[in-house]
Amino acid sequence: MEEKLLFELDSVYRDNMRIKGFSFGKGEKSVCIVGATRGNEVQQVYICSQLIKIFRQLEKQGKIKENKSIMVVPTANSYSMNIAKRFWSTDNTDINRMFPGYNLGETTQRIAAGVFENVNDYEYGIQFTSFYMQGSFIPHVRMMKTGFENVELAKDFGLPYVFRREARPYDTTTLNYNWQLWETKAFSVYTNATDSIDVASAREAINAVLNFLNKNEIIEYSCHQGYVSQFIEGHTLVNVKSNVSGIFIRYKDVNTRVTKGDTLAEIIDPHTGLPVDTIKSPVNGIVFFHADQPVIYSQAPLYRIIPTDDLY
Amino acid sequence: MIQTIASVGLPIDETLMIKKNRLIPQSGLNGNEKRISIVTGTHGDELEGQYVCFELQRRIKENYSALKGIVDVYPALNPLGIDSITRGIPAFDLDMNRIFPGSENGSMPEYIASKIIGDLIGSDVVIDIHASNIFLKEIPQVRINELSRDVLVPYAKLINVDYIWIHSSATVLESTLAYSLNSIGTPTLVVEMGVGMRITKNYGDQLVDGIFALMKELGIWSGETAAPKTPIISEDGEVSFINAGSSGVFLPSVEHWKNVKKGDCIGKILNPLTGEVNETIFAQNDGIVFTLREYPIVSEGSLIARILA
Ligand SMILES: [Zn+2]
Repeated sequence: MEEKLLFELDSVYRDNMRIKGFSFGKGEKSVCIVGATRGNEVQQVYICSQLIKIFRQLEKQGKIKENKSIMVVPTANSYSMNIAKRFWSTDNTDINRMFPGYNLGETTQRIAAGVFENVNDYEYGIQFTSFYMQGSFIPHVRMMKTGFENVELAKDFGLPYVFRREARPYDTTTLNYNWQLWETKAFSVYTNATDSIDVASAREAINAVLNFLNKNEIIEYSCHQGYVSQFIEGHTLVNVKSNVSGIFIRYKDVNTRVTKGDTLAEIIDPHTGLPVDTIKSPVNGIVFFHADQPVIYSQAPLYRIIPTDDLY
Repeated sequence: MIQTIASVGLPIDETLMIKKNRLIPQSGLNGNEKRISIVTGTHGDELEGQYVCFELQRRIKENYSALKGIVDVYPALNPLGIDSITRGIPAFDLDMNRIFPGSENGSMPEYIASKIIGDLIGSDVVIDIHASNIFLKEIPQVRINELSRDVLVPYAKLINVDYIWIHSSATVLESTLAYSLNSIGTPTLVVEMGVGMRITKNYGDQLVDGIFALMKELGIWSGETAAPKTPIISEDGEVSFINAGSSGVFLPSVEHWKNVKKGDCIGKILNPLTGEVNETIFAQNDGIVFTLREYPIVSEGSLIARILA
């Protein structure tokens, strides 16, 4: 293992912020794995730390293939994590909206540039990231339609789903998007925790990465082969919203099969305790995402369901 | 006439409402009136537009018979942000100016964005007033995406600002309110002026004079107006950026909107612990300082000034 300082930010009031990369194996830059870019992405840091532990052992055992190298960057934003903030500590900007970065620009543009110049020439890029809304997903590989994305390759993770959605203007400054522009085959891996550690879901993500590296002949590692991934397009999911606001009592978890008409949740009046809305599933399907705030706004998206033809 | 253009229920006994005030001619509407919309408060920490909304209406009401068209005033597109001193949309931590045109079926921010667009469509001109952020002080200016320069520059010249900055287009900016409206044929000017969390009254008065001049040109106002000043117009190539090379406390030694010569000292970055000067910042070229750092604490990369050659 080689520890490398990728970027250092000086500060008058705090210890310097150091972004570190941990690399394994020698030769061709095969895969780069990036964890937290936001201060609340602790699950992402945890997953990276576990991968570093495993790669260290694999390297010792000579199981990183000849002429292949791996680098893991557990966090690009320890400053925010250390003060329990999601976005950048001073100006609240989002480092994952600053790529490819600019080394003469604003602070977070410089941070992004410092990371990007170290990660942009790998063959594969894997990012552990989080969604802007509080909630849980079925573990999946997420990709944007950029013209460069490779769905078949994404299935090598063996996660239950490969999810693709349309790219929007604000996506063009994410790490994933810029990796793809620079011809790195990039994947974002979502698990169902962000600001807490979910060990079981972390294990699933770790297994998925090891599976991917094994199938693409970067490491030698036999593990559970995972699933035959199902490919889904964002627009085919069925969104379920609440029309009213109140306390959100959720009845269905992710990865649960639901039948049309099943009660997914109730919205309770916070003063009287009476139900003001009962949220029913509009289709047969599988719960892909659910929100998990205790209280919700009206119009809030609560569930996303993968429709299925289940007749039983 | 106060109207609610979007409302969303909040969890505990509160409704979020986006409101506008519509002023119409005393004689009523014949259906052919022009309409100007003044919007502000997308970023909850930018307050300069609050005074403009007030002062514009105060002057109209002083001479109501001169009003010949429709004036729609939207003081707070992000009312929760303004009330809680939050730049983005509270609870979502989302920049509201990155979610337009929004969607009727989206989450709360997207839903509101789509309602706002739906209400603004068809205005003859929209003026979207911003106030920089808490870090930088800006001279009254209009920022125009080069894609819409032909349509917007004639309007921008009327609204009595000091400066018009025509900037290149970037994909990420396609989700702003102004881009969304301009792309569907509703001309929208973005004004930047002053500094976050403060009101600079003379800038507000200056812009209100300009809005009246524009309303007169559009046939919305028949009263007396002051002749707008002639703005400097520039493109990206003429603007240079100065960023901090080290962290510390920035103390400027130039005044905002004053000329500097190449080699002049712009300011110093001080170290309060050691008593040393961490960095002395010099102008790289002759020009005028139209953006100047207001918030003293800086880190490496913080924008210190923008200079127009
Ligand atoms: Zn703004």
